[in-house]
Amino acid sequence: MNTYKDILSKKVPAEKFVEVIAGQYDASKEGITPEQIAEMKLNISLEKADKPVVLVGMGTCGLANGAQAVYDMFVQELKKYDIDALLTQVGCVGYCAEEIIVDVKVPGFPRISYKRVTPENVNTIIERTIVNKEPVIQKALGKYQDADPSIWPEIPLLKDIPFFKIQEKVVLNNCGVIDPENIDQYLARDGYQALSAVLKDKSPLDVIEDTKKAGLRGRGGGGFLTGKKWEFAYHTENDQKYLICNADEGDPGAFMDRAVLEGDPHRVVEGMAIAAYAIGASKGYIYCRAEYPLAISRLEKTIADAMEYGLLGKNILNSGFTFELKIKKGAGAFVCGEETALIHSIEGRRGMPRPRPPFPAVSGLFGKPTIINNVETLANVPVIFSKGADWYASVGTDSSKGTKIFALSGKVVNTGLVEVPMGTTIRQVIFDCGGGIADGKNFKAVQIGGPSGGALPEQFLDTKIDYENLKEIGAMMGSGGLVVMDESTCMVDLAKYFMQFITSESCGKCIPCREGTKRLLEILERITKSYREEETEIDSLMRFQGMLYLERLADVIKDTSLCGLGQTAANPVISTLRYFRDEYEAHLYDRTCPSKACRQMLTYTINEEKCIGCTLCATRCPVNCISGARKEVHFIDQKTCTHCGQCELNCHFDAIIAE
Amino acid sequence: MNIKINNNAYWANPGETILQVAHREGIKIPTLCYMADLTPTGSCRICVVEISNGQLVPSCAYPVSEGMEVQTNSKKVRRSRKSIIELLIANHPQDCLVCVRNGCCDLQDLAAEYGVRSYRYVGEKRSGKLDLASPAVERDPEKCILCGRCVRMCHEVQNVGAIDFVDRGFYSNVAPAMNRSLNTTACVYCGQCITACPVGALREKSYLKKAWEAINDPDIHVIAQVAPAVRVAIGEEFGMPAGTISTGKIPAALRRIGVDEVFDTNFAADLTIIEEANELIDRIKNGGKLPLFTSCSPGWIKYVEHFYPEVFENISSCKSPQGMQGAMIKSYYAQKSQIDPDKIFVLSIMPCTAKKFEAGRPELSVTHKAPDVDVVLSTREFARMMRIAGIDFTRMPDEGFDDPLGESTGAGVLFGASGGVMEAALRTAHFLITGKDMDHIDFTSVRGLEGVKESSIKIGNATLKVAAVSGLHNIDHFLEDVKNGKSDYHFIEVMACPGGCINGGGQPLPASPEKIKKRMEAIYEIDRSLPKRCSHYNNSVNALYENFLGKPGGEKSHKLLHTHYFKREAI
Repeated sequence: MNTYKDILSKKVPAEKFVEVIAGQYDASKEGITPEQIAEMKLNISLEKADKPVVLVGMGTCGLANGAQAVYDMFVQELKKYDIDALLTQVGCVGYCAEEIIVDVKVPGFPRISYKRVTPENVNTIIERTIVNKEPVIQKALGKYQDADPSIWPEIPLLKDIPFFKIQEKVVLNNCGVIDPENIDQYLARDGYQALSAVLKDKSPLDVIEDTKKAGLRGRGGGGFLTGKKWEFAYHTENDQKYLICNADEGDPGAFMDRAVLEGDPHRVVEGMAIAAYAIGASKGYIYCRAEYPLAISRLEKTIADAMEYGLLGKNILNSGFTFELKIKKGAGAFVCGEETALIHSIEGRRGMPRPRPPFPAVSGLFGKPTIINNVETLANVPVIFSKGADWYASVGTDSSKGTKIFALSGKVVNTGLVEVPMGTTIRQVIFDCGGGIADGKNFKAVQIGGPSGGALPEQFLDTKIDYENLKEIGAMMGSGGLVVMDESTCMVDLAKYFMQFITSESCGKCIPCREGTKRLLEILERITKSYREEETEIDSLMRFQGMLYLERLADVIKDTSLCGLGQTAANPVISTLRYFRDEYEAHLYDRTCPSKACRQMLTYTINEEKCIGCTLCATRCPVNCISGARKEVHFIDQKTCTHCGQCELNCHFDAIIAE
Repeated sequence: MNIKINNNAYWANPGETILQVAHREGIKIPTLCYMADLTPTGSCRICVVEISNGQLVPSCAYPVSEGMEVQTNSKKVRRSRKSIIELLIANHPQDCLVCVRNGCCDLQDLAAEYGVRSYRYVGEKRSGKLDLASPAVERDPEKCILCGRCVRMCHEVQNVGAIDFVDRGFYSNVAPAMNRSLNTTACVYCGQCITACPVGALREKSYLKKAWEAINDPDIHVIAQVAPAVRVAIGEEFGMPAGTISTGKIPAALRRIGVDEVFDTNFAADLTIIEEANELIDRIKNGGKLPLFTSCSPGWIKYVEHFYPEVFENISSCKSPQGMQGAMIKSYYAQKSQIDPDKIFVLSIMPCTAKKFEAGRPELSVTHKAPDVDVVLSTREFARMMRIAGIDFTRMPDEGFDDPLGESTGAGVLFGASGGVMEAALRTAHFLITGKDMDHIDFTSVRGLEGVKESSIKIGNATLKVAAVSGLHNIDHFLEDVKNGKSDYHFIEVMACPGGCINGGGQPLPASPEKIKKRMEAIYEIDRSLPKRCSHYNNSVNALYENFLGKPGGEKSHKLLHTHYFKREAI
């Protein structure tokens, strides 16, 4: 398939490509008619491809499920069938639970998405859909909107299936739809039009004003007004300013930024160019963790392509504006998502935060004014200028505008990425998009905002998601991780997990975070310990003493820590104490774990009535503490039992009692 | 601008921090990681204060703003500070009674001030290996509270960077690269990290035991030498005000401890001046390598050996006064007094930790058996020795140093302060070139605590461009210029420690800028008070040349008083 460059480069100057695609540049004297342009656009954007197209979801989630094998199988089989088809990769469409997702578009038929495709299905899909032009119903997820809705009526529209129904895809618009490594597809879907318009018609101050008017707030956690932040840097005079894209996504259970970078990297680059123009930065960095190799390699291609098309680099689109972009790989420290630590890391120093002021907008990277925006924030920027600030401001709630992407994970049926307007309730996200709790269990809590956020119980399910509402109830927007927990999750164990995370991710600079979180963790460990592991009475007393100081310590960590990571480090403890105090008390006083998750507290015994003496538990016990003859009731020796739970896991007869 | 602290109004200047204003106004805010002149990192959170929105901010790093209202003593502040101290204690060895910093420890003081009465938090403690391998500086990582003062001192002030933070979170610690021992790094042993350390995590390597053994051995003739900067600082160890001059008390105390003879390093400083001034004149007259750098600071010398071996030829080949004195004792004095040099034990009392390393240099041995200086004690160790010996330093009488290596002039004592070697050398160089003394013997433009002091002086027909530099971060651009052949200086004095030996790594703790200033003033007061203020008037030095060495820069001088340098790895 021809690229815009192939078609246009001999006839129109590079800086006019974007205008030609938008139909703003009359290229008829160069021999290109508007009809040809429209045709090209439909063709390149795959909406009206002239041959069959197969699109394999090859984001990290797809690849982890084996998308490469599916892709390879398509290569092999298409050859075998001698079909001239376009086989391409796309990013993640968001429905991770149904990966590997493969879309097929046959000329004259709607684009159809297949779910959970395995290499074995490839043959069927080619045979039935490409050759026979009929859907494989049992594998179909849905079809894209098409001019003729009467084709394949038995297949629902993708946007009507529950997972997508309440979603509003603004930022994720292209994710899973286009080939992220193909700049032409992005251009054909009106990419870089916002940048072009901004450079042509708007002053940097206009851009800032529009962004403020749109009400875009930082999606990285704090929720600061993006336009206002830019304004600070704009007004700081300096010979060099920097724009940094913070792609150091590190929250457990958060993968929004990765999906955007993997699925639609040009959108982020376009947003960066607009932001850089607004603040007057000629250099930019994308700080991305090295654990995102796919995102990095796609970004590298993206930057190279954008340079080639004159959309990055010197004198962008002949406007006089210069923006050079580099990728900086981070070593994957959670704290490097904090902006001053991130700056230190780019400078080649140990990633440790420093006190603010001075704020980076005044003195940041190499002492120069620097703006740091998160991936999702920057990915929101183009749409403000393509659809208008007023449109943007019309989405969402009074204080929080636009949409928000959430990474839905945990004990929920549909895990994946969802993008919903601000103001959607937590319940809608979990139960409508997420399809409710998996395995028929009951909802217990949802952790919003990663380790800095809080665990919210059922009573808050109808809270409308926005920055203020979440803060009020003890959680925070964070970057948008939503980890759903059912009744089998112990909230003390959850707090313990997050404390473990924080203690190993703390940079070690300030005392409350370095020392305090470790003590919090130790207190939680003591609470969840069995009496069997206590040697002296002092040990038992220490459990109670720790509990007495838990809240005090959590407050001190919150009040005195240096950076955002430290100040919010105790949030999981504070929120679980606030909403699930009874679970703490059960551990402390009754020495039981109501969710049966803290296995150290449980005693494993065998129900004599149910045990048939199959010996499976005995063979699976790693410490050989189960004895019993074949077909006789077995017995667990409590002295050697390590509470690993393997017997319970392996018993087919429900004969293991853990309490 | 107007700000309010604890509801009282104060004036503050834009750019000042809350802590600066509070300290100026006499409002005490405790600090731990903060050190004047180092970048505030706001890491310990002890100095938090509450601002009007209820937020706690680190006063050391938080700039004042118009109308700001600050509470330094709110409930939230008190609770936070106490908790932080408790958290530190929970991860600190509870061995105060046997700690070298017992009674002189910021953490101990804070625990006392905030009434910590129990171990509220108990749990795992960070473990770490003692690093005892270096001849001068020891590290005890378990005592480290990670305030980062040593790290900043080593990087920002000394530009060495031998230590930094390693590992993460609870297991963060301060260590050399690859967790090696200090002796395998480019550490110059200046000991500034020790003066920066609020606890006992960094300390000098103690040679007290060796010193006592020699003193107690009747067959050994123990000779002490005392560096110039010791006499203006040792009093602090015994509660005397900073800058108290104790020149006479020191030999008295040493004799009571059991030292056989007490010589003065100031004598050797005069000797150094004669050699170095001649070297300088020789280079100027005969087109030798210029500028000439002084060589009496062992930290500086090690720094050059690690980082700038290209400039070796610019460094004076003179040994330091300690080295010269050791060599003279084991050659000239041994010969004169008919004592077997192997039976002589030279005990140096130095304000310095790098001198411990210097004494161990194999090239500094005239007998080729034992080092010229057998043991170096810091000012602090000397004070400990006196305490053990039951000596009330404050009540010592004034006694003199022994002959023939005890006489000194005002020029000799100047070695204790940055700019002093320069001043002393110029006094003698002027005399040697013109045949008469300077009109104004006080060369004030190289005095003071600034890191770089530049001046020029007309001697005869020549104008010499000179500089006195202290704190190693200040020296790099001079060295770069020399390397690139761009330097137009004639003579540059370098002291590793900021302010010179008065602020050496072996001096009494805690040191503060005010105390350093007092010590410096005392050095100049000694100079002023002495009848002879130029090295060339030191009769004992002149007699030494007449009877033993021959002429300055001569063959024997070269053998005994000069040295050479070695390229070292820079890690």
